[in-house]
Amino acid sequence: MGRYDDTLLILYEILRPYAQDGQILSESTELIKDLDLDSMKVMQLLLEIEERFDISIPLNIVANVQTIRDFARQIGQFVKQQ
Amino acid sequence: MALLEKFRRVDEARQALARTGTDPFRVTFERVLSPTEAVVNGRRMILAGTNNYLGLTFDPECVEAAAKAVREFGTGTTGSRMANGSFNGHLLLERELADFYGRRWCVVFSTGYLANLGMISVLTGPGDVILIDTDCHASIYDGCRMTAAEVIRFRHNDVGDLDKRLKRLGERRVNTLIIAESVYSMLGDLAPLAEIVALKRKHGAFLLLDEAHSLGLLGARGRGLSEEVGVEDEVDFIVGTFSKSLGATGGFCVSDHDEMELTRYASRPYIFSASPCPSVIASTRAALRILHSRPELRAQLWSSARGLYGRLRDMEFSLGPEPSPIIAVLFDRTEEVIAFWNGLFERGVYVNMILPPAAPNGASLLRCSVSTAHTPDQIQQIAEAFASVKASVPSSPAADV
Repeated sequence: MGRYDDTLLILYEILRPYAQDGQILSESTELIKDLDLDSMKVMQLLLEIEERFDISIPLNIVANVQTIRDFARQIGQFVKQQ
Repeated sequence: MALLEKFRRVDEARQALARTGTDPFRVTFERVLSPTEAVVNGRRMILAGTNNYLGLTFDPECVEAAAKAVREFGTGTTGSRMANGSFNGHLLLERELADFYGRRWCVVFSTGYLANLGMISVLTGPGDVILIDTDCHASIYDGCRMTAAEVIRFRHNDVGDLDKRLKRLGERRVNTLIIAESVYSMLGDLAPLAEIVALKRKHGAFLLLDEAHSLGLLGARGRGLSEEVGVEDEVDFIVGTFSKSLGATGGFCVSDHDEMELTRYASRPYIFSASPCPSVIASTRAALRILHSRPELRAQLWSSARGLYGRLRDMEFSLGPEPSPIIAVLFDRTEEVIAFWNGLFERGVYVNMILPPAAPNGASLLRCSVSTAHTPDQIQQIAEAFASVKASVPSSPAADV
């Protein structure tokens, strides 16, 4: 399994508590629309994800992250850089 | 979604709040009788949510200075200093603030909010990094949105996390501005400033410290936490406000960096805001003199703050982590905090109600701010009101933070 897939799996694990009953997470799941995350929850999630991947994620990228796929790609880039 | 559709949820929340009693966000003071008393709905209230720490809003020297300035210079400046020029008072206040802090430079802004916007946006740009404490004030977050710098948060008051994030930056550390507050406005807790300063030095970064809630409260001369901890020389930029201890409206930044004086030419919130009006400048100058010459005001404030904190702690309220003139009372549920706020209001005590997402970690809390001007009797009445409401509102205290 590649690094992207590993990242996806970890993201699914972190985001699963926010899924509705029976909702299946996929790369195209949207964080705000599908998981009903508000800005405060997104900020808390960011800290958790930073900790898990041992990276710093600039707030600037949050506006460009809509789906789990977007998130995984961004994380991949920061892991590579840092 | 139509343009205005987004306000529907706001309206629903507002109406739900209004149905619980008085809308805490629409309280109107019909008359203000003193720094600690006002008339609301025809009734006298004790004010315990004003940030008026030293109670100087009615100080005769401040009032007279403001009145004299209005008579001599008029009611307003009607424009920005870049376009319309400065009034003599602007320059004098900047010199006096710089002298008060023992710094070379000072720039005054029209509000404390604008001081953070103005400084953060002018100090940082593309290629730079800003490291902010997660619990920083909205003005700091909003300042970060005005710059192309990368904005990274570190966990609240967690110097280990800050160190880790600075290390990750590698060579970019010298282009990094760390931002923290000395006293955090929601819970009244203090920054581990000595440790933050040590990290700043170790990594070669810069430090901007917001001393809004510590000016006049901490330090031998009231200069804030950096004076109290003895690290003033290591703080590159100190931002402060006139709207708390100094009893007016406005903000400032002091620094020893010569570039500070140049920020005037590039800081948009400075360039494009109307400058502080003459009465504000005059009363602030008077308040600064009082803050300097009457250290007993500080001692009285802390005595009252510790007294109220102790009383509330004895009643087993869940409070912010340490006694300070900001006393946060935490609740598990939003409904509970609303009921409690209304109970206090009915008993003639006004405090601030803070609902998510304004407070850290989704907390709901009541925030009391203690003033030097509170009499022992008023402190007693505030404590008794809390006790009385506690007896009448079923509560489930939040876990300590």
